[in-house]
Amino acid sequence: MSTIAEKFGREDWSRFTPKQRMQRYAAFAFCALALGWALGSIDVIWAWVWDAPEQMGDLLGRMYPPDPSNLGDILLVLLETVNIATFATALGVMMSLPVAYLAAQNTTPNRATLWFGRLILVTSRSVNTIIWALLFVAIFGPGVVAGILAIMFRSIGFIGKLLGEAIEEIDKRPVEALEATGASRFKVIVYAIIPQVMPTFWAVAILRWDINLRESTVLGLVGAGGIGIILQGAIDTFNWPEAATVLLAILALVVLGEVVSAFLRRRIL
Amino acid sequence: MLKITDLVKRYGKGNPVLKNLDLTIEGESVVSIIGSSGAGKSTLLRCINRLVEPTSGSIELNGTELTSLHGRDLRTARRKIGMVFQGFNLVDRLTVMENVQSGRLGYISTWSAVMRRYPKEDIRRAYELMERVGIAHYANKRADELSGGERQRVGVVRALMQNPEILLADEPTASLDPKTSEQIMGLLRDLAGELKLPVLINIHNVTEAKIYTDRIVGMRYGRIIFDDVPDKLDQEAMDQIYSGSPHADRSEDMKEAS
Amino acid sequence: MSQVPDTWRKPPFIANRWLRWAVYLGVVSYVVWVGASLPVNWARVADGIGRAQRIFGGAFPPSFERSGLLIDGFLESLKIALLATAGGVALSIPIAFMAARNIAPLPIYYLGRAIIIIARSFHPVIVAIIFVKAVGFGPFAGVLTLIVYSIGFVAKMLAERIEEIDFGQVEAMRAAGAPYLSTLVYAIFPQIMPRQIGLSIYQLDSNLRASAVVGIVGAGGIGATLANAFGRYDYDFALAITIVIVGAILISEGVSGMIRKRIG
Repeated sequence: MSTIAEKFGREDWSRFTPKQRMQRYAAFAFCALALGWALGSIDVIWAWVWDAPEQMGDLLGRMYPPDPSNLGDILLVLLETVNIATFATALGVMMSLPVAYLAAQNTTPNRATLWFGRLILVTSRSVNTIIWALLFVAIFGPGVVAGILAIMFRSIGFIGKLLGEAIEEIDKRPVEALEATGASRFKVIVYAIIPQVMPTFWAVAILRWDINLRESTVLGLVGAGGIGIILQGAIDTFNWPEAATVLLAILALVVLGEVVSAFLRRRIL
Repeated sequence: MLKITDLVKRYGKGNPVLKNLDLTIEGESVVSIIGSSGAGKSTLLRCINRLVEPTSGSIELNGTELTSLHGRDLRTARRKIGMVFQGFNLVDRLTVMENVQSGRLGYISTWSAVMRRYPKEDIRRAYELMERVGIAHYANKRADELSGGERQRVGVVRALMQNPEILLADEPTASLDPKTSEQIMGLLRDLAGELKLPVLINIHNVTEAKIYTDRIVGMRYGRIIFDDVPDKLDQEAMDQIYSGSPHADRSEDMKEAS
Repeated sequence: MSQVPDTWRKPPFIANRWLRWAVYLGVVSYVVWVGASLPVNWARVADGIGRAQRIFGGAFPPSFERSGLLIDGFLESLKIALLATAGGVALSIPIAFMAARNIAPLPIYYLGRAIIIIARSFHPVIVAIIFVKAVGFGPFAGVLTLIVYSIGFVAKMLAERIEEIDFGQVEAMRAAGAPYLSTLVYAIFPQIMPRQIGLSIYQLDSNLRASAVVGIVGAGGIGATLANAFGRYDYDFALAITIVIVGAILISEGVSGMIRKRIG
């Protein structure tokens, strides 16, 4: 005979079993150690840290009031930024289609193509847009071409991965039905697979456009076109009121982009 | 004429699902296959159009050996075999017309397929068949807007668009309510007569099998143990078909072997 | 059945034909306009092929000779990511409560939302530039940047989770006469805790990614090493750094995915 309390090996009540508690303590201890190591060894001049709130306040003070005298130019370049993001998204979407096809287990022709597709996705996704931009600026020189390519290369991995997963998750029964009619591989893809991934396709394209809008605002900082160039110029010349205007313009752009993409999502899906 | 000889299907290294099965279907008869779940009914049907690859044996349709075909030849042969599925297997986001025309995919060019430029005679035939089964007014609706019975009618029309020489139906009514189920069975029987088409139907509902088909094939664990007109299906035959378990059946095999 | 139609067109996506053509025309003219208006120096772009050859030629094989520099840079990135995650998550919790419509009074709610929107809208690189100007070059600017970046994501997701909680539990605590803080600890924290841990681990992963780029504008970490290598045309070293970054990101993604799956 054993009471329930004995069966569980304890008569008092506590939230966790001893083993769980040990695991939790170990996890906490590990986090604390990691933070302690980081704090202790990071290369920081602590005097500057205590000084930071004052410095930030000082900087914000110099930004106020924002100087709108150059607003016309800023808005023009902002439009160019939007164009970079939109163009690069469209190109990235097109390029990601064949990659998604290769990287999805149920459409890829064979194992070699599967791994080739996944290699493209991983390379594209793991290298940040800014690093892509550094590379393309070195190759094609400063300007919008480098920016468009950078955003495009980063987008391929993002869209291709999500689209490839959508292809892997489709309902396989219509595919079987169309294979039974004697349709070729390509026709099966067009009739049974593409219609099923269309909603994901649009959702992912809109999401990436929204992200790219944000990314395109910093391309200019490494010379790859867009609003970032003006921001860099203003900061380098200590023209803080103009920098503030640029920042406000970017804020407005991003918020607007979010509104537009939310609207598109509702309309299309 | 469909002639199946000595058909064996084995998944992996397990026991065969189909054991040296022989079956011949001649003329334009409607044949139903009954048997408990796991008897191999669905595997048998899918071996015929090679959605499932048979392990050995021969399947001949009007003089063509199906088991040895590959690539383009296999697709050409599949065009001649229509199939209706339990879950309808329609492409939900396409219109009814596109679903129906997908039965012609084996015939039309890739360009016409992608651009949805179907040949005039195909469109006429689609409308005729859809009118025949009562769904012509849904041509521009999306498939997922239809009810279960209507969706299965789309499935039937898609199969008939292939101009098949034989129609396979894998539990075509199992996802439908009893009334709709009878309508679909009646439709399959009538269409078989009108189009002079042999039909092979997997079915769970024995009553429907008796009413709507000309011949009943009873399967138990990979073998045909009954094959006769519906009137001959008596209680004894029913008990045989629906008794036992795969395990008991296997031990019988061993006894035979020893 | 003689009058059966023999033509069929797929119903167009946009039913109104005028609107449809307007959309087509709009898209085409946009593409043409952008193509014509983007300032592209084609001669310079054409140069690119030769340069690409030179760069890739210079990049292979990747050079791990200065691996000391590489490891230092990477460890600094890791420290930045750790500290920024801790700081960012700690700050995110109160901000998330401020920005949850079902808990916060309206003015505080607007303030919380405004903080989140501002933190989310600016790319970490922009934030990094400003912090570099304010507090000087180095990892401290990187930590501050990624704290802002973390708030933008963690506080937003957490606020959404708080808005979804089962409010019955809060009412039960209030009915039992529990003070505000106890209500928080007993009725709300248990409901958001699993999400909070998952988000923190996810954010650590994102911060590690982001810490690789904020260095490019001077906020410390391996990004600074990479930018230097690029600036000095040490393409073989730059490739080595990139390989390390990609490897670290893949490992961190795998580990964070594994932990989050186990926590559920």
